[in-house]
Amino acid sequence: MILQGLAFYLFASITVAAGVMVVTSRNPVHSVLFLILAFFNAAGLFVLMGAEFLAMILVVVYVGAVAVLFLFVVMMLDINFVQMREGFLQYLPLGAMIGLILLVELVLIGGAWVVSPEAGGLAAVPAVPAGELHNTRAIGNVLYTDYVYLFQAAGLILLVAMIGAIVLTLRQRAGVRRQSIAEQTARTRAEAVEVKEVSTGSGV
Amino acid sequence: MADVINFFSDFFYNNPYGQVAFPFVKIFAILIPLLLAVAYLTYAERKVIGAMQLRKGPNVVGPFGLLQPIADAVKLLFKETILPAGANKIVFIMAPMLTFVLAMIGWAVIPFNATLVLADINVGILYLFAISSLGVYGVIMAGWASNSKYPFLGALRSAAQMVSYEVSMGFVIISVLLLVGSLNLSDIVMAQQGSYGIFSWFWLPMLPMFVIFFISILAETNRSPFDLPEGESELVAGFFVEYSSMPFALFFLGEYANMILMSAMTAILFLGGWLPPFDIAPFTWIPGPIWLFAKIALVLFCFLWVRATFPRYRYDQLMRLGWKVFLPFSLFWVVLTAGVLVAFDMVPNS
Amino acid sequence: MGMMERGMKSLLLGELLSGMSLTLRYFFKPKVTLNYPYEKGPLSPRFRGEHALRRYANGEERCIACKLCEAICPAQAITIEAEPRADGSRRTTRYDIDMTKCIYCGFCQEACPVDAIVEGPNFEFAAETREELYYNKEKLLDNGDRWETEIAQNLELDAPYR
Repeated sequence: MILQGLAFYLFASITVAAGVMVVTSRNPVHSVLFLILAFFNAAGLFVLMGAEFLAMILVVVYVGAVAVLFLFVVMMLDINFVQMREGFLQYLPLGAMIGLILLVELVLIGGAWVVSPEAGGLAAVPAVPAGELHNTRAIGNVLYTDYVYLFQAAGLILLVAMIGAIVLTLRQRAGVRRQSIAEQTARTRAEAVEVKEVSTGSGV
Repeated sequence: MADVINFFSDFFYNNPYGQVAFPFVKIFAILIPLLLAVAYLTYAERKVIGAMQLRKGPNVVGPFGLLQPIADAVKLLFKETILPAGANKIVFIMAPMLTFVLAMIGWAVIPFNATLVLADINVGILYLFAISSLGVYGVIMAGWASNSKYPFLGALRSAAQMVSYEVSMGFVIISVLLLVGSLNLSDIVMAQQGSYGIFSWFWLPMLPMFVIFFISILAETNRSPFDLPEGESELVAGFFVEYSSMPFALFFLGEYANMILMSAMTAILFLGGWLPPFDIAPFTWIPGPIWLFAKIALVLFCFLWVRATFPRYRYDQLMRLGWKVFLPFSLFWVVLTAGVLVAFDMVPNS
Repeated sequence: MGMMERGMKSLLLGELLSGMSLTLRYFFKPKVTLNYPYEKGPLSPRFRGEHALRRYANGEERCIACKLCEAICPAQAITIEAEPRADGSRRTTRYDIDMTKCIYCGFCQEACPVDAIVEGPNFEFAAETREELYYNKEKLLDNGDRWETEIAQNLELDAPYR
């Protein structure tokens, strides 16, 4: 139990510290690397909670794919960040004001939040009795039954986003010669090569 | 002999210091043979490719050249570690360490037989998949931190390549998991135990997936014919151009350990892990870990065989293969597998 | 070959497998590697290796300082100085070959009227310094004495074709 507590504080403090570094570090690539560290420690926290499936999915999807693409883009950006930070301070009052408004709103929401009387009872009883099912199966049981419409809707939204990205970037240009591998491999010797009989001294 | 065993079991199970030390002993029991295997994989690679090109390969250092990997390691150790002036020092040093560590920690979940596994976690296959998808960071960090154009180009290629092939690898794994009904690696192996021995392993019913998985792990480990991130004819050595000495050796070890890890994954998913090919007398005498080792060696031989046979892919063809051929095909196969399982009411653990 | 057949062939990776079976066959073939310092490949009698100045059987040096080799050398690697010797015969006082310039074309031995300068069968004369590759007359005569048996045999074997 002590070990678990120590591990929790280790992961949690690294997550928070990495999160702070994401915002404050000067180099954007360092920011992304700290973001990855934060993801990783969040996965560690999931493992401590016994949600190893979520932890692994977090690593596979966020660290293994999404953050790679982030890093990919950020590495190729050619921005002079010193120049961008010029005049940073003159927006400080505005930024601080927006932050303050958000904080006040959050406090108001938190204050006005009414906890449903059944919620406490629901939280105390897990959806599936612990120890009986792997959490992978437990998630599946909930995701594909109770929340199947929401799940499908999320998939649909992603599909629309993907199609949108393709539509936005696809343009038909005239005069582009593309490789057609099927056509190339379908070519036979008879189509491609012709043997010419050239009489001596006359040239082709 | 029995006294010695008693002493050790007493020490490791009853002594508090022993209980702390035991996991470390187990870790070293896996890592040291692994590093030796990596060293001799480089030797095997040179011998196999040599033989396929009608050469003999290394045969001077030691009998049959068996001490060649050690000579190479000593050479690398005594070279100078160069830190390029324009490099981002911390990331530059961290990249090879990350590559090496990631290739090592995957072994925590590999089951050597029904009971012999360091960490028998429920989501073992996802853990392996996560580890292999993290491998790309070593490459990207090395390429970016070197602050030089060839490494950078190598890193970009590798990032795109590894992300692309992970997708089809994921689908292959899902289609295997549909047959097993568990994410635990031991369960995956046990699900392949059938009355037909070698023919009830998943390679036969899932043959197309087996081929796609093998090709994808070639791309995932940056091996020929998909070794574009380090394509020496264009990028000198790709992402590790600026590395020398021990950091270079760590990349090298990491790459080869990754090959072995991926081969182990193939052996577990498709070749029945530690199971003997036939469940009859002469085969069952040989212990499970040796069968697993033999299967890993077989897959590794295929790695080297492919390297000796095929020329390097062009980059756009690599992307086309990943996204336009493997992804649709493996997606179709997942649907087909699920459909067949549901139609014939064969869904495991339902 | 029809569409179907071609499609099946590429779907079943026919060409990849045939390539792999080829490399597998080569894997088991006998190897052609020569274990070099211990095994050496055959050399033609015409092989043009390290230079040597030959002597007659009685020990008299063959070279008569005609300087034809110096004249024909395309790399201008040969330097000859000559004087009459005490017995009145014309001999070289200096016969240098800069082996770093030499292109091993063999024109010198073609030009030589008395078969004095020849390129012997020795090809293992790598040195650690450039100075060691500036051969003088003494070194060349020494080479001639050392390789005489092989050189004479090679000249005899090649003689019918000259």
